[in-house]
Amino acid sequence: MRRLTPWLNGLIWLGVAAPLLYLSWGLWMDRLGANPIQEITHQTGRWTLRFLLATLAITPLRRLTGWNGWIRWRRRLGLAAFFYASIHLLLYLWLDQFFDWGEIGRDILERRFITVGLLAYGLMVPLAVTSTAGWIRRLGGRTWRRLHRLVYAIAVLGVLHYWWAVKFNWRPPLAYGLILLVLFLLRLRRPASSRPVVTLPPQPLSKIRSEA
Amino acid sequence: MLIRTETPIPSSEITDERLYWNRREWLRQAGLLAGAAVAGLLTPGCRAEGKQVRRKANPGPYDTDEPWTSYDDITTYNNFYEFGTGKRDPARNAHRLRTRPWTIRVEGLCHRPATYELEDFVKPYTLEERVYRLRCVEGWSMVIPWLGFPLAEVIHRAEPMASAKFVEFTTLYDPEQMPGQKAPILDWPYVEGLRLDEALHPLTILAVGLYGKMLPNQNGAPIRLVVPWKYGFKSIKSIVRIRFVEKQPITTWMKAAPHEYGFYSNVNPNVDHPRWSQKTERRIGEFRKRKTLLFNGYADQVAHLYAGMDLRKYF
Repeated sequence: MRRLTPWLNGLIWLGVAAPLLYLSWGLWMDRLGANPIQEITHQTGRWTLRFLLATLAITPLRRLTGWNGWIRWRRRLGLAAFFYASIHLLLYLWLDQFFDWGEIGRDILERRFITVGLLAYGLMVPLAVTSTAGWIRRLGGRTWRRLHRLVYAIAVLGVLHYWWAVKFNWRPPLAYGLILLVLFLLRLRRPASSRPVVTLPPQPLSKIRSEA
Repeated sequence: MLIRTETPIPSSEITDERLYWNRREWLRQAGLLAGAAVAGLLTPGCRAEGKQVRRKANPGPYDTDEPWTSYDDITTYNNFYEFGTGKRDPARNAHRLRTRPWTIRVEGLCHRPATYELEDFVKPYTLEERVYRLRCVEGWSMVIPWLGFPLAEVIHRAEPMASAKFVEFTTLYDPEQMPGQKAPILDWPYVEGLRLDEALHPLTILAVGLYGKMLPNQNGAPIRLVVPWKYGFKSIKSIVRIRFVEKQPITTWMKAAPHEYGFYSNVNPNVDHPRWSQKTERRIGEFRKRKTLLFNGYADQVAHLYAGMDLRKYF
């Protein structure tokens, strides 16, 4: 596994950057269809969910493979989710509403998919801010971990946002919901050998630092 | 089929490549802007507008003089779930539709019910070009130069009985040709309806072409309805049956989501869709959104049809 690490690292960087590269290329080459703004909005929304699920897949992956090294990529995946969510939200605020705050306020109050979407984003902000090694130290491992459990709520709200936003084709949001459910179920059975409590606080900290 | 037009369109007028490139130019600008804004280099509010110059030289009383949406966009950005739910699916899959031979049945409460071959059905009418706005319930819009004839003429030929109050339209049902019908996302075949006075209105047409050409399959070939003051889904495609009925038909979308789609579905910025506002729309090819107009800008012609009706109740 150790020998594969640089390769996996490159692969994950590529995976994180690929949607952005594809969308930029598509916009440049006029390959995103007649309504490119909506296309980018939808795609960045889906990629946010995918990276959220990838973040949540790290723990089960550690258990299934017995290799704890996966943890080094969790922050990157989480920040990727935050990055695509930021584009997603910015496109809504700017190119959908043109910063008409009155209209945005009404949207938040009246449309539940906007409400939960914005709530999910709001919860992502503190997690993104405290994703640095400095913040882990400042908060202490226990508090930090407790705070970052918000990711579960964020993922549920994200899927709900997608579910309520679609016109009638509920199958894609259902698929995301089912994957999320599986990722939750995989957490229920917790073999004593790989309790995250032991591995999390000081050890990954040094890893994160050495990686950066 | 031979399409006769009132004013044949010279080939010099058909899709100018420059338009296409202009569109790319604004996309490029929009891309740069978006990229710059994401990077926080530019304050938002800058705009890059599309430069589309194609429009009708001598607009008739029913035409809009607004610039046309490009042929490319009109024929690759479609909602036609019979061929898939993605916007680009119809352009990819609609080649499976065989539009010849094609029969249309006119039936129900009328004195002259008949089954027509498409050519015979169309023959008595003079085709005219109608440049209409099309507003989709999803919040985007286009300007489309249709080629067709008033539905009223078809209705007069059928001689509806006094008891006929509504007209019901049905799309072809054939999952082999329309693979989207294999998925139970809607109750196939697609059904739409109009009140008889709406159907008789001079703005309501049956279209067999656009941009001076035969209707591409993804746009509802060989024959479709166009009702420009209602949301796009009312303008049913690939019609095989027109029926006069006494009771208000239950349309496909009413069945699928009765709280979201009503029978009338008139474009109305003051009545929101439950999940999104209808106040604004994005004209395809444009960067800024524009305000949606009551009855899609056809209020002068059609508002009297709904006098005294609560448009919130009859949405």
